Parts: sequence; structure tokens; C-alpha cells
Amino acid sequence: MTGRIRACPGGPLLVDGEVEVTTEDGVVHRSTRPVSALCRCGASGRAPWCDGTHKLLDRRPT
Amino acid sequence: MRLPEARGPLGERLHEVLVSRPGDPTDRELAGAVHTVGEDADDDALTLWTLQELGYRGFDEVDEGWEHHPALAPLTYALEQDLEARLRSRYDDARADLPSATGDVAEDLFALAEAHDGPSIARHVERRATREEVEELLRQRSVYHLKEADPTSWVVPRLDAAPKAALVQVQYDEYGTGRVDAVHHVLFERGMDEAGLDATYGAHVGEAWLETLEQNTAMSLFGRHRRLRAAALGHFGAFETTSSLPSRRLAKGLRRLGFPESLAAYYDEHVEADAVHEQLAVREVCGALVAAEPDQADEVLFGAWTCLDLETRNAQATLARWGHAPAADAGDTGDTGDTGDDGEAAA
Repeated sequence: MTGRIRACPGGPLLVDGEVEVTTEDGVVHRSTRPVSALCRCGASGRAPWCDGTHKLLDRRPT
Repeated sequence: MRLPEARGPLGERLHEVLVSRPGDPTDRELAGAVHTVGEDADDDALTLWTLQELGYRGFDEVDEGWEHHPALAPLTYALEQDLEARLRSRYDDARADLPSATGDVAEDLFALAEAHDGPSIARHVERRATREEVEELLRQRSVYHLKEADPTSWVVPRLDAAPKAALVQVQYDEYGTGRVDAVHHVLFERGMDEAGLDATYGAHVGEAWLETLEQNTAMSLFGRHRRLRAAALGHFGAFETTSSLPSRRLAKGLRRLGFPESLAAYYDEHVEADAVHEQLAVREVCGALVAAEPDQADEVLFGAWTCLDLETRNAQATLARWGHAPAADAGDTGDTGDTGDDGEAAA
């Protein structure tokens, strides 16, 4: 089955199925969720996973 | 679970009926009780909670035959009508100040949650709450967390394929992806137990505040009626959308106070899980529902707003009970949002 990744506007990437993410520091992060959310804003406190922090960044005055 | 102690004449009459055998003549006593709905909010709320609970796990001393018994139907109907009318009236009163709908239900739901101002219990727990306050909060929240995700599961067979597939994907994660020790309400139960709190299903309903009961009866109301499927999913969307950030604060507060790691881990799990669930719930569940049934868009927003409003009411009442003026928190949103309300319902 083809892996599926979709981007949420202003939010994370949603990745279907079990996934392993290797971050820049070489650490391997594993998720067994049916769907995982990968941080795209760079501000997550639980990188590489999304923790919803992008919603706070949106509130900053531009 | 035993029947919680009645809070007024309505609950007392219901108890008398429920401990009899279905079909006994005592049924008739409830006919007159319908006319007293609206007289005592606390009595009404616990009575409705009790009637709805017959369809979840029931009560030790109550015959299962009562669940759909026609003698109870008029009272359940009257209490649910009364609750729904109250929720709709609050929504109607608030509408003028809500962000205007764009027609994109996902954007509208996120905007609604972001615009919602209210005191944050999570922020209080993170920084200032005492152990006694947090224990009380956990007991209140256990009324829902020990059946976490269940009220939304009623909605599944009422949906078209697209929203159904998306909803079940979220529920599958809520129910531990097939592993009983990862079921969210099991995680909460374990945390409560290790914190020395009674984690028995329904253990703390007897002390549930009116605001806590209303949060629970509203979820069951939305879940139990096909007519309210869109409100149920809107509620679900708002709930997931306001969970990740407060969960992080609650986890910090629990660690600050030295609660067991398993309880903090329950909230850690919700930081990550609900960052996924909010996207799925808002975009793929509510979005797909409205794509299939465009006339349900406002009902989605009604359910979502109701979720946010009930949490605000509970937070205000809770902080007031603890002697903290909720007004001081409201509107204290700061310029990044990080110092103020980040909304919360699930956490």
C-alpha cells in the first residue's frame, strides 16, 4: 500500500501508519499511531511531532 | 456503579422507579415529574445524567430493562429538550460576537476556537494550583475521562462513508489501537489510581458540579440523537482542537506537584495525540460531513461553540470556587497568546 502524507494548511504534515523519523541529531523517533503529525513550524516542544504550538505563532502580530 | 445520591425531588422519584422492576405500577409516578423540569438545575442535571447513563454502563441496582422503557421516555425527552433549548439560546445570544463563517468549515472551526476567550484552568494548574485543587479537578474530569471518547462513538452509524472513516480512525487511536493498556480511559484510570484517587467508573459523579454534569449531558445529548450528529462532530472538533496546548500545561503542573508519572504521561499522550486528532477531526471529519451535508454547517459550529462555552463556564466556576477571580484571567491573552487563554476542553 502506498504511504500517504498530506499537508494541513498552516499546520503539520499528517503521515499514515507507523513511521520512524531520524532528526538532525541522529535520534530515531518512532510512532505507532494510525496517523502521526509532523511539525512544520519548527516550534514544537515535542519535535519532530506536532504539539499544536503553530497555533500560538499564528497569533503574533505581523 | 451505584446510583448517585439524588439532589432533589426529581432524582428521588426517578430512583424509586429505577430500583423497582420494569413494568411495575410505580412507572406512573414519573408522568407528573415531567412538569417539574426546569425548577432545579442541579436536580435536573444529575437526573438527566442518570437517565443517559442507562445506555452506557448502567447501575448495579437497576434492571437493564429500564434503558428503553417507555415510562422513562417522557422525562428523558423533557430534560434533553430543556438542555438543548438552553444550549441553543446561549449560542444565539453569542452569535453576534463570533467570527463570521467563511463557508470553509475547517477554517471556521479553528477561528472559533482561537477567538474564544476564557479563563484557563490548565494555566492555573501549571503554575499555582495546590495538590488539593488538582485532585478535585481530576475527580471532576473523571466523570468524562473514564468514558473518554464514548459519547462520540454513538455518531458513527449516522454518517456517510467519508466522515465515518475519518471519525473511526480517531476513535481507534482513542481506544488504544487494539491494545487495552493504551485505551485513553484506561491510561487515565491508571494515573488516578496511582495518585491515590478512586478510579472506579462513575466514582465521583455524586460530587460532580452542575457545570461538569452539563458538559457530560450535552455530549451525550449530541451523541444520542441522529438529528444532532453535526453538533456532536462540531463538539468533537472543538474538543480536540483545544486539548494539546492545555494538556502540556497540565502535565507540567502535575509534575510540579509530584503527581505520579503515569498521570502526567496521560496528558503527554494528549499533547501529541490531539495535535493529530484536531487536524483529522476538523478537516476530515467535520469537513467531510459538511461536504456531504452542506446544510449542517451551522450545526457543526453550534456544537463546537457549545463545547468551548461549557468549558469556559466550568473554568469560571472552578476558579471562583477555589477563590481565584476568573475575571482576572479573562482577556489576559498577551501578544503571543502564550501567556493567556489557549482554550481547553479535553485536557
